Amino acid sequence: MAEEKVSRRDFLLYAIGGWAAVGAAGVLYAMYKTWEPLPEVKAQATVTFDLSTVKPGQIKVVNWRGKPVFVLRRTPDMGKCENRSILDEYTVVVGICTHLGCIPNWEAEKKIWHCPCHGGEYDACGRNIFGPPPRPLDIPPFKLEGTKIILGEAGPEYQKMMKG
Amino acid sequence: MAKKGGLMKWLDERLAISELWRVMMSEYYLPKNINFLWSFGVLTMLVFVILVVTGIILLMYYKPDSKLAFDSVNKTIMMDVSYGWVFRHTHAVGASIMFLVLFIHMARGIYYGSYKAPREVVWVTGFILFVLMSATAFTGYLLPWGQMSYWAAQTITTLFEKIPFIGPDLVIWIRGNYIVEDATLTRFFALHVTLLPALILVFTVIHMYAVRIVGSNNEDGIPMTKEEKKKNGIPFWPVFMSKEFFVMSVFLLFFFYLVFFNYGFAMDPINFQPANYLQTPPHIYPEWYFLAFYEVLRGFFFSETLGLIAFVASMFLPLFLPWLDRSPIVSGKHRPLFRIMFWIFIIDFVFLTILGKLPPTGLFAWLGFIGAIVYFIFFFSLPIISFIEKKQVASGGGQQ
Repeated sequence: MAEEKVSRRDFLLYAIGGWAAVGAAGVLYAMYKTWEPLPEVKAQATVTFDLSTVKPGQIKVVNWRGKPVFVLRRTPDMGKCENRSILDEYTVVVGICTHLGCIPNWEAEKKIWHCPCHGGEYDACGRNIFGPPPRPLDIPPFKLEGTKIILGEAGPEYQKMMKG
Repeated sequence: MAKKGGLMKWLDERLAISELWRVMMSEYYLPKNINFLWSFGVLTMLVFVILVVTGIILLMYYKPDSKLAFDSVNKTIMMDVSYGWVFRHTHAVGASIMFLVLFIHMARGIYYGSYKAPREVVWVTGFILFVLMSATAFTGYLLPWGQMSYWAAQTITTLFEKIPFIGPDLVIWIRGNYIVEDATLTRFFALHVTLLPALILVFTVIHMYAVRIVGSNNEDGIPMTKEEKKKNGIPFWPVFMSKEFFVMSVFLLFFFYLVFFNYGFAMDPINFQPANYLQTPPHIYPEWYFLAFYEVLRGFFFSETLGLIAFVASMFLPLFLPWLDRSPIVSGKHRPLFRIMFWIFIIDFVFLTILGKLPPTGLFAWLGFIGAIVYFIFFFSLPIISFIEKKQVASGGGQQ
C-alpha cells in the first residue's frame, strides 16, 4: 500500500511538472517569436531591380536590407571579371568595405572603388587590389529574371558563382 | 534601533525588523586588518543608486524611437528640460565610473584571494553582477542613437555571426532587422530600463546575503569565526559605515568634479552625429571600460575566429578563478609568486586598455597580440603557482 501511495504522488508530481514544462516552453517560444523581424521588415528582404536601366560605364546604388548594393555596367576596357560577372557586363556587389565596413567611393577616371577610411582599393570587378581589405567585395545572393535582378534570393546563377 | 517606540515596535512585531537589522548591519562584524580598498563594495551601490535616480529622470523625456531618440536626448533633455543636462552627464559619467569602482573592487578580491573557499558564491554572484552591468552599459549606450552608439551596437551584434550554424540567423533575431534599426533600439531600451536593473537588484541581494554568511575576507586571508570577529573586529553599523561615509564624501567630490568639469571622456564627440547606417565613422572603439577586452579581440589580428574565442574567454575566465587557483594560501600578501603575476596582469590590463584606442596597424597589432597572450598567462599560471605553494605548505614552508 505504502509503495502504491508514493508512486501515485510521483505520478501527480511528474504530471504537474510536465504540464508546467509544456506551458513554460510555449511561453518561451512565443517570447522568442516576438523578437523576430516584423512582416514589414521581412518584406524588404528582397529587392527587384532592372539592370537594363544602367547605362554602360554608369553605376547605380540599390538599397538592400539597409546596405548599399553597387550595380556597375562595365565597359569593355574594365575587364572580363571571371566568375564575378552577371549577364557578362554587370558587377553587382555589396558596397561595404570588407576591411572595417566603410563605404568605398567609385573613382570614374581610375575605374576603381576607393575606400576613404584606410585606403583600400577594388577594381571594377570588386576585387581587392590594394590596401588592407582581406577579400573582394561580397556578392549579394541574387536571382535573375530576364534583365531583372532579385537581391536576397539565391538563384542558380548565384549558386554556380559561389561554387567557384 | 535602540529605542522601540510605537511604530517601530508595531513593525517589529510584524516584520522582525530589529532581527533583520542585527543580521545585516549591527551584528555583521568585519575584521580590523582591512584597508580602504574594502570600501569599494558600498561605493558600487552608491553609484548604482545614482544611476537609478538619474535614469528615472531621463526616462521621463527620452523617446525610444529611431526617429525621435537622438533629438529627445540632444535637444529636449540637453536644452529644454531644466537641469536635464546635469542628469544626462551624471548618468553617463556614473556608468563610466561604475566600471572604475567595479574593477578596483574586483582587483582587491583577486589580490587578497577573496574568491577562495568559502567565498566562491560571493565571487560568482559578483561576477554575474559584472556581466549584467556590462550588458546594461552596452544596451544603454545605443539609446542616444548617435553614430558611435549605432556602430558599437552594429559591430558587437555582428560578432554573434561567427557562432557556428545559427550565427547569421541569431544576429537578425537579436536585431529584429537585417541591420540595427528601430526594433533593436526599442528592445535594448526595454532591457536597459527593466529586466537588467531588476536582475542587478536580485543578484546584489544574493551577493550581500552571501557575504554576511561567510563574512569578510581580510588582508592576511586569516579565516576568522564570527565570534573572533566580534571580539577583535568592528560592527558594519555604525563603525564601518561611519568610515565608509568619509570615503563616500571623498568619492563624491571626485565624481561630481568629473560630472561638472571633465565629463568629456564619457561623451564621445562622434556620438553627437545622428546614427547613419550608410556611413561608418573611420574609427570605431568602445567606451574605455571595454577597451581591454576589445584589444584581446583585435590582438589575434591574423584570425577573426581565434580573436572572437579569445574575447569571450577573456570575459569569462575570471568566473573560474576559485577553481583555477587551489592554493591553500589565501592572500596575495603572503604569495610572492602570485603577487608578481598579479601585478603583471594589472599592468597588462592597463596596457591593453590604452592600446585598444590606437589604430590596429603595424607594431600596435603585434603589441596587442603580446598583451592578449599575457592576459591569459595570468589565469593559466594560477594552477602552477597553486601546485608549487601546495608543496611548500606540505613541507612546512610558506606562511598561512
